Amino acid sequence: MTFAPHKSELYAGIEIEKLLRMYHRMASIRRFEEQVNELYTRALMPGLAHLYIGEEAVAVGICEALRRDDYITSTHRGHGHCLAKGASPDRMFAELLGKKVGYCKGKGGSMHIADPATGNLGANAIVAGSVAIATGAALSAKRLRTDRVAVCFFGEGALGQGVLYEVMNVAQLWTLPVIYVCENNLYTEYTHFTETTAGDIPARAAAFGLQAESVDGQDVRAVYAVASKLVERARRGSGPSFVVCKTNRYTGHHDGDINPEYYRSKEEEKHWKTDRDPLNLLANWLIEQGLADSAQLDAIQSEVEAEMKKAVEFAVAAPYPGVGEVEDDVYA
Amino acid sequence: MPETTSRELTFGQAVREALAEEMRRDARVCIFGEDVAEAGTPFKVLSGLVEEFGTERVLDTPISEAGFTGIAVGAAMTGLRPIVDIMFGDFITLTMDQMVNQAAKVHYMSGGAWKVPMVMRTTLGATRRSGAQHSQSLQAWVSHVPGLKVVMPSTPYDAKGLLKTAIRDENPVVFFEDKMMYTKLKGPVPAEEYTIPFGVADVKRVGRDITLVGTSSMVQVALAAATLLDEIGVSAEVVDPRTMWPLDEKTLIESAKKTSRVIVIDEGYERYGVTAEIAAVIAEGAFYDLDAPVKRMGAMHIPIPFSPPLEDATVPTEKSVFEVARKLCGRL
Repeated sequence: MTFAPHKSELYAGIEIEKLLRMYHRMASIRRFEEQVNELYTRALMPGLAHLYIGEEAVAVGICEALRRDDYITSTHRGHGHCLAKGASPDRMFAELLGKKVGYCKGKGGSMHIADPATGNLGANAIVAGSVAIATGAALSAKRLRTDRVAVCFFGEGALGQGVLYEVMNVAQLWTLPVIYVCENNLYTEYTHFTETTAGDIPARAAAFGLQAESVDGQDVRAVYAVASKLVERARRGSGPSFVVCKTNRYTGHHDGDINPEYYRSKEEEKHWKTDRDPLNLLANWLIEQGLADSAQLDAIQSEVEAEMKKAVEFAVAAPYPGVGEVEDDVYA
Repeated sequence: MPETTSRELTFGQAVREALAEEMRRDARVCIFGEDVAEAGTPFKVLSGLVEEFGTERVLDTPISEAGFTGIAVGAAMTGLRPIVDIMFGDFITLTMDQMVNQAAKVHYMSGGAWKVPMVMRTTLGATRRSGAQHSQSLQAWVSHVPGLKVVMPSTPYDAKGLLKTAIRDENPVVFFEDKMMYTKLKGPVPAEEYTIPFGVADVKRVGRDITLVGTSSMVQVALAAATLLDEIGVSAEVVDPRTMWPLDEKTLIESAKKTSRVIVIDEGYERYGVTAEIAAVIAEGAFYDLDAPVKRMGAMHIPIPFSPPLEDATVPTEKSVFEVARKLCGRL
């Protein structure tokens, strides 16, 4: 161990334990998604997979500022949010494969992972489908005085949906503890966001009176710093906020979108992967600052690799639900 | 109806009493919608509630049906029991993603992990001279969706008992109120506590020769038609399913077997409407006991017109039901 805890405490108030945990979490998400890709290409995974690779710092930086009982809602590209909030990779893989021990007994799949134990209200395959749900969870938190906050993750594609503006208006009117986290990964499916989004993104939220921020979504320390501020603000009753995180997805819209050249260049892809990778950025900084060495980070990578391998084996071996269960859970 | 202290209440008073009693019983119950607080809605059904329960539990919203319905979904998932007020049934079209893709699916998609105990109260019915966008009866839309329950009371007694059941239900329930009945229909309502279970049809009138299955507004039409039929010696039974889902198939089929002739009457559009489903259930369950094809009567397949003589021609009346029943019974 070569890191120097005293020095870390001085930097942006983020303790070394948190920094290493965030590195670990980002590495877990990266490895999880690589495994998903492998399962998909080996035809072991039914349906579609929308990978979060490249965006890890957003989910991890935001969720590091949350308590376990705080709420999140997620998206079709949601594996990273679920893991960052504390979901177990084994039950997540099981859900992705449609197995009974999955988080949703195999009934939800990749785009619908939900987990009450970690406050995960559910990933949502309707773009902007969960913005109102997160706002409602914030209403409950306020009314029931639970001191919880709700975070709503969505991509910049959701900026095109009217319901987002309906609920931001209500959240501000009712001073609700909700944080809208816009992940601008630059592409609304197969279209650059500048072709679909007019004006300034944070200004849309600011128009309703929400505190609106922009942050480098590749820098997990910056994301965490903004999230801490906004979560604390929501928790003390000062109302909703909005943060746009500039990020990038390394893969296509989904696993089958393997040739995105018609909407983005190889150069652009290379730039993000080599210069803007969230894991590398944190690793380099930790090493530069003398807070960690590469052996230590390699050890984290090996640990993650072993954990994900085990989780995949668990999921592959797990049984499917019985057909007799198909009608269970329609009604509570 | 049980032998109890009875009073006469209007339909609107019965609805209000159910809401007030449930709000007193359970502090988690809250109401949101447009003009629900001081205004008590344009129909004045909610008058007095905000005075008793305060603005924390009776919340005026912006004109954002999708937004506040979705907020109700999230609030219901996290500990409140919201009732949303959708002033005109036509406006449920604005809430479709929240009801169909979110509320109806949360429990199943999450493998039973989350539930959505909420009620959407809305209205139905034409002949109020309100034009094509304030006159529809869209119960078929929501009855089509697994995960929702759909209630259509036809009397003040049923309205109160069914609404209390809806509020206590652990699932999303859509509750249709005939806006013409709010002040015009009076009926006995016991002062004592009671609820009415879902999925139990009520035989509103016992008869021998023909079954008139009516929903909501059409129960009163069927009862009036039954009186006219009596005068020509035809004994009509009037069956009110009360809930479209769950549907009491047994009572419908038994009545059809007994009388051998059936007309199903509902104020929604006849084509692809709830009458079609009920007629099919009866045809499948009572085919060998029927002496005539099951008839459907609903709104004409046109937008509801404004002009009074045109509007009145679009929906079944006691006269039109009488005529169809007379022919079906061979009384020419």
